[in-house]
Amino acid sequence: MQPSTPPIIDVRDLTKQFGSLTAVDHVSFSVAPGEIFAFLGPNGAGKTTTIKMLTTLLRPTSGEIRINGHDPLHEQDAVRRSFGIVFQDPSLDDELTAWENLELHGVLYGVPKALRRKRMDELLTIVGLTDRKDDLVRVFSGGMRRRLEIARGLLHHPLILFLDEPTLGLDPQTRNHLWSYVTDLNAKEGITVFLTTHYMEEADRIAQRIAVIDHGKIIALDSSEALKQKTGTQTLEEAFLSLTGSAIRDEDAGAIDQLRMHSKLWRKR
Amino acid sequence: MSTIYILWLRQLKRYSRSRARMIGSLGQPLLFLFALGFGFAPIYEKAGGGDYIQFIAPGVIGMSILFTAVLSGIEIIWERQFGFLKETMVAPVPRMHIMLGRTLGGATVAFIQGFVVFLITFLAGFRPESMLMVPLAFPFMFLIALLFTALGTGIACLLQDFQGFHLFMNFLVMPLFFLSGALFPLEGLPRPIAIMASLDPLSYGVDALRITLSGVGHFGLPVDITVLSLVTALFLGIGSYLFSRIQV
Ligand SMILES: Nc1ncnc2c1ncn2[C@@H]1O[C@H](COP(=O)(O)OP(=O)(O)O)[C@@H](O)[C@H]1O
Ligand SMILES: [Mg+2]
Repeated sequence: MQPSTPPIIDVRDLTKQFGSLTAVDHVSFSVAPGEIFAFLGPNGAGKTTTIKMLTTLLRPTSGEIRINGHDPLHEQDAVRRSFGIVFQDPSLDDELTAWENLELHGVLYGVPKALRRKRMDELLTIVGLTDRKDDLVRVFSGGMRRRLEIARGLLHHPLILFLDEPTLGLDPQTRNHLWSYVTDLNAKEGITVFLTTHYMEEADRIAQRIAVIDHGKIIALDSSEALKQKTGTQTLEEAFLSLTGSAIRDEDAGAIDQLRMHSKLWRKR
Repeated sequence: MSTIYILWLRQLKRYSRSRARMIGSLGQPLLFLFALGFGFAPIYEKAGGGDYIQFIAPGVIGMSILFTAVLSGIEIIWERQFGFLKETMVAPVPRMHIMLGRTLGGATVAFIQGFVVFLITFLAGFRPESMLMVPLAFPFMFLIALLFTALGTGIACLLQDFQGFHLFMNFLVMPLFFLSGALFPLEGLPRPIAIMASLDPLSYGVDALRITLSGVGHFGLPVDITVLSLVTALFLGIGSYLFSRIQV
């Protein structure tokens, strides 16, 4: 990170409380333009809540945010123009086709028609959905939906790309595909990437800097190498263990995520 | 403009693709038209009211618009649960445009539904009083559709889940229907019922349809159009405000 360029994401003392639960607890960090930055933490750590506040979906309890120099609370449109996002939970319209979902997105983001069509074709090829573009999303598998959401998030070539656990539920091959596309885009177009994951090896491999987050607090923030060095460990896994005092329980994640999705659908809020 | 258009188009596509919903929502008006229409006809005629089908047809059209409109407004609850709402909530366009686009789309769908029911009333033996007045009924049908889609949207912004939805249907939408004079004349009602009917915006919608289609009415078209326009504007305003405050 070059200290001379102003950060594209700047967060000071960000806090979010849901009743008595503090989901995000005085979090501060900044991300430089063109950086790939990761939030690594177990389920319930506050990753999604942080992203929601950065992307104007939730109002913070307290704290300061600047996205590309703008305040998500008061300059929502300027902030919204700066980013693309792949949400953790599904966000497609099931009753529209893949093509129509992309088209709707392109129109909402004001991408001119010719450019929109060109990119839609390109992106559909990249995510391998070209021959399914006229199918209703309703009949898509989980992996196909995910790929479509990723294509959609990239359609308007945002300055910042938020990826909230983008590889959850994807097979290893699609995962690799996705990450090579994202790192490519980052290298070629200088898109800043903010990703969250609870997969160690992904954070290790993709991110230039990693914020380890647990119980709403950032416990450590550095490159993977530096984190290992600081903790005197060999792998990021061990570093994480030494920092948080607990394993991230990667192997349980699938089941827990399903439970969370389930309870979310029926939860009274 | 393009935001409003694409979201309007989305509502129409969704409607045209769910044949089951389209046909299913015709069941209720059909039932009212045929069961009530023929069941009550003898009593109504004996009481000196004339042809009951002539009386009830505009009410049933109003009813089908009410339910379709409210349901398409309330769809936001589903979108919140199943995620699509987030996609529109982070788009760099004024939320008011989003709300307007989907509300106009929902209203168009409800209008089409009302039009289909209008055609069906002919099968039940309904004949408009004057063909010249029929085109005048259409703007009123659209106004009713817009009013109640906006109401559904506003309410949906306040509700987080399906539980609230049932309360809303049973304690607001059903009374709106039954107190509107869709099924009975507003003349000579007990005072409390008359007051409630006059507070119900659907009463003015049904009244306008009855004047234009059956040639009888209670409040008169100038009153109807004034009340309907004002309430529609109010609901659109409140709905937009609530929509702009949604957090997901
Ligand atoms: N809308 C909400 N209302 C109440 N609690 C919430 C809400 N959203 C998230 N939480 C809680 O906040 C904590 C952080 O959640 P989240 O940000 O989703 O974690 P992560 O994305 O790291 O898995 C969890 O304990 C979660 O249950
Ligand atoms: Mg999360």
